[in-house]
Amino acid sequence: MTVETRLRSQIGRSHPRLDAREKLRGQAQFAGDLLVPRMLHGRVLRSPAAHARIVSIDTSSAERIPGVVCVLTGADLGDIDPYYGHAIKDRPIVAIDKVRFQGEPVAAVAAETPAAAAAGVDAIAVEYEELPVVADVEAALAEGAPVVNDTVPRPGLFHGLGQLPPREGNVCYRYRIDRGEPEAVFARADVVVEGEYVFPAVYQYALETHTVVAQFEGDEITVWASCQHPFLVRAELADLFGVPVANVRVVVPYLGGGFGSKSYTKMEPLTVALARKAGRPVRIQNRVAESMVTTRRHNMRCRMRTAATADGRLLAREVECLLDTGAYADNGPRVTATAGDAAPGPYRWAAYRVDACCVYTNTAPAGSYRAFGATHVQWIGESQVDEVARRTGIDPLELRRLNLLTPGEEVRSGGKPLDADLVGDVEKVAEAIGWGEPKEPFVGRGVSVGLLAAGAHPVSSAVCRLEADGRVVVLVGTTEMGQGPRTAFAQIAAEEIGVEPEDVTVRGADTRFTPYDRSTGASRSTTLAGLAVQRAAADVRAQLERIAGTSELEPGSHVELLRKHFGFAGGELIGRGEVAPADGSGSYAEGPVFWEVCVGAAEVEVDPDTGVVRVRRTATAADVGRAINPQLVERQDEGATMQGIGNALFEEMVYEEGLLLNDTLLDYRVPSFEDLPDEMTCVIVENGDGPGPYGAKGCGEGALAAVPAAIVNALADAGVPMNELPLTPERVWRRIQQLKEEGAWRT
Amino acid sequence: MQVVLEVNGREVVREVAPEELLLDFLRDTLGLTGVKRSCDVQVCGACTVLVDGAPVSSCCYLVADADGRRVLTIEGLAELPEFERLEEAFTRHAGLQCGFCTPGLLLTVRSLADAGELTSEEEIRRSLAGNLCRCTGYRGILEAVADAAGVA
Repeated sequence: MTVETRLRSQIGRSHPRLDAREKLRGQAQFAGDLLVPRMLHGRVLRSPAAHARIVSIDTSSAERIPGVVCVLTGADLGDIDPYYGHAIKDRPIVAIDKVRFQGEPVAAVAAETPAAAAAGVDAIAVEYEELPVVADVEAALAEGAPVVNDTVPRPGLFHGLGQLPPREGNVCYRYRIDRGEPEAVFARADVVVEGEYVFPAVYQYALETHTVVAQFEGDEITVWASCQHPFLVRAELADLFGVPVANVRVVVPYLGGGFGSKSYTKMEPLTVALARKAGRPVRIQNRVAESMVTTRRHNMRCRMRTAATADGRLLAREVECLLDTGAYADNGPRVTATAGDAAPGPYRWAAYRVDACCVYTNTAPAGSYRAFGATHVQWIGESQVDEVARRTGIDPLELRRLNLLTPGEEVRSGGKPLDADLVGDVEKVAEAIGWGEPKEPFVGRGVSVGLLAAGAHPVSSAVCRLEADGRVVVLVGTTEMGQGPRTAFAQIAAEEIGVEPEDVTVRGADTRFTPYDRSTGASRSTTLAGLAVQRAAADVRAQLERIAGTSELEPGSHVELLRKHFGFAGGELIGRGEVAPADGSGSYAEGPVFWEVCVGAAEVEVDPDTGVVRVRRTATAADVGRAINPQLVERQDEGATMQGIGNALFEEMVYEEGLLLNDTLLDYRVPSFEDLPDEMTCVIVENGDGPGPYGAKGCGEGALAAVPAAIVNALADAGVPMNELPLTPERVWRRIQQLKEEGAWRT
Repeated sequence: MQVVLEVNGREVVREVAPEELLLDFLRDTLGLTGVKRSCDVQVCGACTVLVDGAPVSSCCYLVADADGRRVLTIEGLAELPEFERLEEAFTRHAGLQCGFCTPGLLLTVRSLADAGELTSEEEIRRSLAGNLCRCTGYRGILEAVADAAGVA
């Protein structure tokens, strides 16, 4: 490849973000800032009940309110198949006959003003007949439990999980792995650690709530949406409304954060249905309380046991997870499978068994949130590894050196072998927090190691256009939601073509013009879309070299070459780049595209009188193969670290009998400046072992799985082993009292 | 009711409803979309603007209460000569990611700088706790603010 022979001047350089100026000056446009001509304002009437039959809906008063244009209910969807869901088509666009969670859309109003829309919503009269509420996974799996989701199970367009078995009760999906004979191994183990663990429901809280503007004209649909996966949304909208895929145009401006909450299809179908009825464009912008029930992180109950020898060899593990996916599947099946894959941890096991079950309940649908699956289980598995270390008297870092997989070893049967140096990674983060240095009382240190199946399906494409003025336009479907792909792609294109990043323009997806990209998520964009950009740019470079008749191009000669080639001051060179799996492979089972490393360390301090846990130091390993832009890599890890601190210490959606008790930021707390640790270190590891451009692989999620696990281990090291998150002062204080009663509290 | 106020140095005279929020007025009537709506309960700071130099959450502040006062939004701040120093520091340290919290944060920083309250890293950590950022983990913001404020 020519890449290898040329000087890499743009790669590995912390080029300033190209979107900084627009964003700092308040000029960056988000979906809620767009004004579409004749646009109406939409509001959604949401169910107050967690489970109820809709006896009647009377919209007549609402329709008489001045300014109200129309009211949409389930009765308006008779001409289409109104069920969607990328994994399982189990969800109606708006409630039909019954509601299955508090906050489910029951009707939507389109009006000339936001005030009229709100008044319209208030004027809709709905009579509900309450049904028994399935509040949690235990209730859902109990004998004779009411069935939460009674739709006919049908695979969605992007199911990708093999055969869909008949639905049994409230089980949405089940993922099992069996390897070896765990029972026999447990029987001969010297050390067995076991426990039951609880992980809470968490709200992603992207500051920008879900926002969609939709227009339906003739058989053409246009949506401007805060979405991470425009091409998957396009396909689902085409499927729902019965139009060709090419008739659906999805335009994605800047996103005010995503973190998975804007992955797949969220508010788009409802907004399109409302626009269809109104005959005019409509905007729906969620409030925070609405986004919280649009998607959330799965809460989970887990039973795990780990067997080891007296000299610290990990032998076997058994895991049972029950993930609460709420009333609709959303991305629950994939989250469950990913949790299942992450559950054994990256160790050399003689045997393990995983049974991960995704369960319907009458709560808000749960889907993707940064490092899903891995965040759920890593803190559990790693706390058991540390418990083995305590019981065998071996240093936790040493125990990991003994047992961690090494590059090239099998991680999962039939999947990609390990492509990272985990021992090196964990040693680096341990060193960064002062591992082995003396500790004050009530201070503890912990490390954690895990893997996350990353990359999703490897299909991405890009187009590079070299314009007559020498500037470059990159067309690529990646969503800019803060992570910085536009800057990274500009660096890649600049590197390949031989221009400066400032000469490259990268904008967001507009599915009418940008070529196909599977999605923005699973840490895939730099690796896969970035590879497509690299290939497209290299294609342009090759064309230039053909025109020049040499591979040695004079700097700044592009404009002249184009002029020579086209014979006037116009024309452009178009380069094409594609990433696709060989012969239709690339399935989840054969994957992943790469294993994202989840390695972190933390030092915490606990106040035994109040139970308050303070995180003093954190370190994470960004094992990225090659850092295109090291500063952006560090910022990704820092953001994920902070979310990890929130997930570990205080974030929790509190449900009682299907009712969400804390649906505002007044009582759902996210990390603020005051939670920033004294030291936060990101160690960038560059072994050139990624499948992306220049050996790069993705990052940005692993730290979120690693940090809560490191914090839990650090707290146990300080004397307080915990089996339930978040580590609120009350929960920690009660645990300390319990330890005191048991005589197990060391002061 | 009629309000007369100064927004970003220009006089604005408008008829408004008594219950109209400053946030909606700035965004929808004046088109100043750099002001962002997020939590609606004065927690996140995304809608922060300065009224007579002091930061307020425009999501919970009536336009009527801004009558006769000076309002500064990010669009106005960005026109001031001293903005360049902030812009340069935030760009150099990548003190932003998605950019949704950024305008409100910069206005808070501006008011704190004016009041001489950015004298140490401690101070910065404490006084910016009312502006949430979900992307950066605050490290880049801390570095940028410390740099702009000349805090070692």
